Amino acid sequence: MLTTNDVLKVAELGRLKVTDAEVQKFAEQLGGVLDYVRVLDEVDVSHVAPMAHAADVANVFREDVPVTSLPRAAALANAPKTDGQFFLVPQILEHA
Amino acid sequence: MSILAATTSELLGQLSNRSLSAVELTQACLAAIEKHEPQVGALLTINRDNALAQAAGIDRRRQAGEPVGALAGLPIVLKDNICTQGLKTTCASRMLENFVPPYDAHVTSRLQQADAVLIGKANLDEFAMGSSTENSALGKTTNPWNVAHAAGGSSGGSAAAVASGFAPLSLGSDTGGSIRQPASFCGVVGLKPTYGRVSRFGLVAYASSLDQIGPFANDVTGAALLLDAISGHDGRDSTSVHAPATQTAATVEQPLAGLRVGVVREHFAEGLDAEVEAAVKRAVDVYRSLGATIVEISLPHSKYAIAVYYLIACSEASSNLARYDGVHYGHRAAEFTNMVDMYKASRSEGFGDEVKRRIMLGAYALSAGYYDAYYLKALKVRRLIRNDFDAAFQQVDVIASPVNPTPAFKLGEMTADPLKMYLADIYTISANLAGIPGISIPAGMNSARLPIGLQLLAAPFEEDKLLRAARMFEREHGPAPRPFVDGSSSR
Amino acid sequence: MDFTTIIGLEIHVQLQTQTKLFCGCPTTFNPDQPNIQTCPVCLGLPGALPVMNRDAFQLSLKTALALNLELAKFTKWDRKQYYYPDLPKGYQISQYDLPFSSNGHLDIDVPSTGETRRIGIIRAHLEEDAGKNLHDESGRGSDSQVDLNRAGTPLLEIVSQPDLRSAEEAKTYMEEMRLLLLTIGVSDCNMQEGSMRCDANVNLHVHENGESIPTPIVEVKNLNSFKFLEAAIEYEVQRQRAAWQNSRQRMGEPGSHKTTRGFDPHRGVTFEQRGKEEAADYRYFPDPDLVPVTVSDEQLAAIRATLVEFPAARRRRYQQQLGLSAYDARVIADQGADFATYFDAVVSVCSDGKQAANWLTQDVLREMNDRRLSITEFPISSDVLGALLTQVKMAELTIKAAREVFTALLTDWEEHETTPTADRIEAIVKERGLATVNDTGAIEAVVNAVIVRNEKAVADLRAGKMQAIGAIVGQVMKELKGADAKVVRQMILDTLGIS
Repeated sequence: MLTTNDVLKVAELGRLKVTDAEVQKFAEQLGGVLDYVRVLDEVDVSHVAPMAHAADVANVFREDVPVTSLPRAAALANAPKTDGQFFLVPQILEHA
Repeated sequence: MSILAATTSELLGQLSNRSLSAVELTQACLAAIEKHEPQVGALLTINRDNALAQAAGIDRRRQAGEPVGALAGLPIVLKDNICTQGLKTTCASRMLENFVPPYDAHVTSRLQQADAVLIGKANLDEFAMGSSTENSALGKTTNPWNVAHAAGGSSGGSAAAVASGFAPLSLGSDTGGSIRQPASFCGVVGLKPTYGRVSRFGLVAYASSLDQIGPFANDVTGAALLLDAISGHDGRDSTSVHAPATQTAATVEQPLAGLRVGVVREHFAEGLDAEVEAAVKRAVDVYRSLGATIVEISLPHSKYAIAVYYLIACSEASSNLARYDGVHYGHRAAEFTNMVDMYKASRSEGFGDEVKRRIMLGAYALSAGYYDAYYLKALKVRRLIRNDFDAAFQQVDVIASPVNPTPAFKLGEMTADPLKMYLADIYTISANLAGIPGISIPAGMNSARLPIGLQLLAAPFEEDKLLRAARMFEREHGPAPRPFVDGSSSR
Repeated sequence: MDFTTIIGLEIHVQLQTQTKLFCGCPTTFNPDQPNIQTCPVCLGLPGALPVMNRDAFQLSLKTALALNLELAKFTKWDRKQYYYPDLPKGYQISQYDLPFSSNGHLDIDVPSTGETRRIGIIRAHLEEDAGKNLHDESGRGSDSQVDLNRAGTPLLEIVSQPDLRSAEEAKTYMEEMRLLLLTIGVSDCNMQEGSMRCDANVNLHVHENGESIPTPIVEVKNLNSFKFLEAAIEYEVQRQRAAWQNSRQRMGEPGSHKTTRGFDPHRGVTFEQRGKEEAADYRYFPDPDLVPVTVSDEQLAAIRATLVEFPAARRRRYQQQLGLSAYDARVIADQGADFATYFDAVVSVCSDGKQAANWLTQDVLREMNDRRLSITEFPISSDVLGALLTQVKMAELTIKAAREVFTALLTDWEEHETTPTADRIEAIVKERGLATVNDTGAIEAVVNAVIVRNEKAVADLRAGKMQAIGAIVGQVMKELKGADAKVVRQMILDTLGIS
C-alpha cells in the first residue's frame, strides 16, 4: 500500500504537482500496481545475473571526428523562451 | 477492384509498370482519408501537399528512367513518436503539441531513401503508454471495424490507418505489444522485430531496453518489404546490432518444411475469450494440416512477465521523460512562482494521468532503498524469462499464441482500472522482455465482426523464419477482409 | 586546539578530444557564441541517443595507468538523475558502482618539508559535462541564460582519498596532477577556461582526551586556481576551528550533514550555498541506451607503450642517478616532456648531468625565453650542445670559452641562418683560439714574456699589492685564450717566487 507521503515523495521526484484529490486516487492506483508486482517475491533469483540489455552487445564507439552542429536558430527553434542566443529560464537561485 | 484493396506487392507492380502513378495512389489514399478519417481519427497530421509533391517527384524520376527506391510511390503513415524533420511530432501529448524536430529519425531517412511517400503522422497513446490509444491527449481513434470499439494501442492510429486504406503501409512502435495488439484489433499484419534490428535513433523513447519500431501492412509480404527497408545497423544507436538490413521479402514465399510450432501450456488459462481461443486453435490446426509438428511447451515464468515489464518500463520511462521540463523545448506553463515551480507546472499541465502514473511508479522503483527490491529484481526475473524462450526455441521454430485475451474492447471499458488494462498484455509482453521478434496476423473474425489475431514468436534474428511461417498460414487462410474496402464495416 | 586537517580533492578534467563524449559536436571553448555547438543528442531532444567517443575512453585508460589505478575489465554507464536547466536530459550520463578505474595513487613532494607523500586515489570515472547557466547578477531577478555548448563535453572525475593534510599539500597535489595530465596529453588543464576544476572536501579531526573527533565535512566547490584552492582551504580550516569551539558539532550528529560552500576570491571567504537537491536521491541505474565496455590486456599493453616518463619519476631519477639538486630536477622536469627529453639526450652525449643541468636551467632557458622559442624550436640540438659540453668536461674548453662558442653559434644562426653543428663548434674554437692550452711550456713562455713587459706591475706585486696580478693574468689570457686563468695566476706567482 502507498501512503499519501509516498505519493507526494514520488511526485516530487518526478517534478509533478498533485492535487489532494489526485493524491488519493494515485495512492490507490499505484498501490494496486505495487501490490501486484509483489508476485516477484516468490521467484528465487539468488544465482541470476540481471538482464539490463536485450542484446548481448558491448564496446560500441564512434570515432572522434567532428560532425556539423545544428545552426543556432535550429537549436533554439522549439525553445519556449529565448533571446535569440540563449535559452531563457526563470532566475536560478544559487546563493543562499 | 479498388486500388486500396490491392496488396503492397500488387501496388508496387502497378507502380513499377506505370499502370498506376504515385500521384494517383497518393490521391486515392487522401480520398480515403477524407472519407473515413472523421470517423476513424487515425491521424494527427495529414501531410497532404508535401506528399503530393513527393509523389510527383517520384513519377518524374521514374518517367525519366532514373533509379527509384524499393518502396517508390507507396504512401506511408508514421506513428507520431517517430521524428520527422520539419513536421510536427507530438507523441499525442500536450507536452510536445507544437514540437517540430530539427532532424529525421533513422527510419524516416531510410523511408525517404526508399522513396516511400510520407502521407501522415498517426495517433497513439501519449508517449506510447497505453493499450488502446485512449490515452492520447490530442485525438480519438476508433476501430475501423466498429466505432464503439478501441483500435488498440499504443500504435492504434498506425494500425487503423492501414486497415482503413489511408496508406498501404505504416510504422508503429512496440514496447509491450503496441504493434501486435492494435494489429490484431484492426485486422492487419503488425511485426515487432528483434530488439536492435531497427534503429531507435529518432524514436521518442518510452522504455529504451524494450522499444522497437516495426511495420504494419495489410499482408505479410508488405510487412516483409517494409521491414527490409528500415532494418540494419545504425551507428547512431549504440543498441543497434551489427547486421545488415534484412532480406525477408526475398524468402517469404518459401514454406518451412519440418516446421515445429510451439503452443504454450500457460497461455490457455481462464480469462481467454472462447472465440479467440477457438481461432488460435483453428490456426494451429492449419499448421498441422500443412505438415507442421505441434509441440506443447512451457514458459514457466510467464506469470511474472507483466510485473517485470511494468517495473522496468516505468523505471526507464521515468528517466526518459525527465527531459520534458519546459526549458529547452516543449510545453512551458504560463504561470509559475519560480524555476522549480515552472518545472512542476509545465510537466503537470503537459502530461496526462497515465504518463504521470508511470513516471511516479518508475521513480519509486528506482529510489534509494527500493532499487534492489524492485528494479534490480525485475532485471533478474527478466533473464529467467529469456532463458525460458532460449530453452523453448531448442524444441520449436515458432511459438503460436493469442495476441490478446479478447478482441477489441469497447472504448471506455478498460479505462477505470489501469491494472486491468496492464494485465491484458500477458501474451505480447514477454517478447519485449526477451528481445525476440513477434508478429500478429489476421486469423478470423468473432461473431460481432471484430478481428482476431494470431501471434507468432521466433528466436532472436529469425524474422525470415517468422515471416515465412506467417505467410504459410496467410496463404492457406486467404486474404483478410478489409473494413470500408469490402463495405464490411459496421457503423 | 590540537587538530589534524583532513582534505580530499575531487578534480574534474575536460579531456582534450575533438568532439563531445556522446556526439560529434566540437568541444572548442566558445563562451562568446552560445548554442552553436549543439545537436539533438547534446540538446537532449526527444528520440536522440548517445554513442561513446572512442578517444575519450582511450584517454581515460591512459590517465588511469598514469595514476596507478586498477582498471575494471568490465565497466558500464549509469544515469545520475536530477533536474537543472544546464542538464537537458534531466540526467547526467556518468558511472556509479562500476567506474572504469579505482584504487590508485599519486606521489607528491611537499615543498616545505621535502617529504614525499603518497596520496591515495579512490577512483577515476568518465562522465559528461553540463552546459552553463548565466545568472543575472544585478539583483533584478531577470531570467537566467542557458548555453549548451559545453553540454556533453567529456569529463574525467578523479577523487582522492582524504589523505591531504594541509592547504600546501592540496595545492601541491593539484599542481602535480595538472603536470601529469599535461605530460600525458589528456587535457589542456586550463583552469581559467574551466577545463580543470576542483572541489575540496575539508574537515578536522580534533584531538581531545585521547579521542580523535571528526567535524562535519564541508565541500568547497569550484576552486579554479591554485591560489584560490590554497586560500579557500586555509580560510575554511580557521572557520571550522571557530565553529568547533562554538558548537562542538561532530560528524554524524543530527543536523551535521555535509554542507556545500563556495569561495569568494574578492573577500577571501567561503560562503554557504543553497543545495541543488536536499539529500538528493539520484536514482542511479544502468543507462539502457549505452552498452558496457570491456578492456582487454592487449589494449592496456598498447596504451602503456605510449606513456612517457612521469614528472615525479623523472625528478627522482635526476636526483638519485644524476645527482641533481631537488631544485634543478624540478626546474627541468617541470618544463615538460620535450625539455626533459632534450636534457636526457644532452646527458647521454656528455655524461655529465650536473653540468648539463646548469647549462639547461641557465643558458638554454634564458635564450629560449629571450628569443621566444620552445625547446623543439631551439636551434642548438641536444647532440651539438652535448658535444660542446663534452669538450668542457674533457677540459678542452673552459666554461667561459664554451659560453663564447654557444653565443657565437646562436648569433650565426640568427644573422646568417647557419645551422649549429659540431663542425661549427670546431671552426669557432679555431677562429678565436679558444682551445684550452694545456701545454705548460707554452704557457710558461707567454708568462715569462708578459712578466718582462710589465715591470711596474711585477714590482707592485713583489711589494705585496696582490691586485696587480690581475693585469698580468689578463695579458697572458689575451694571448692564450684557452688557458686556464687559475693555472696562469699560479704560474706567475711561482715564476716570481711569491707564495
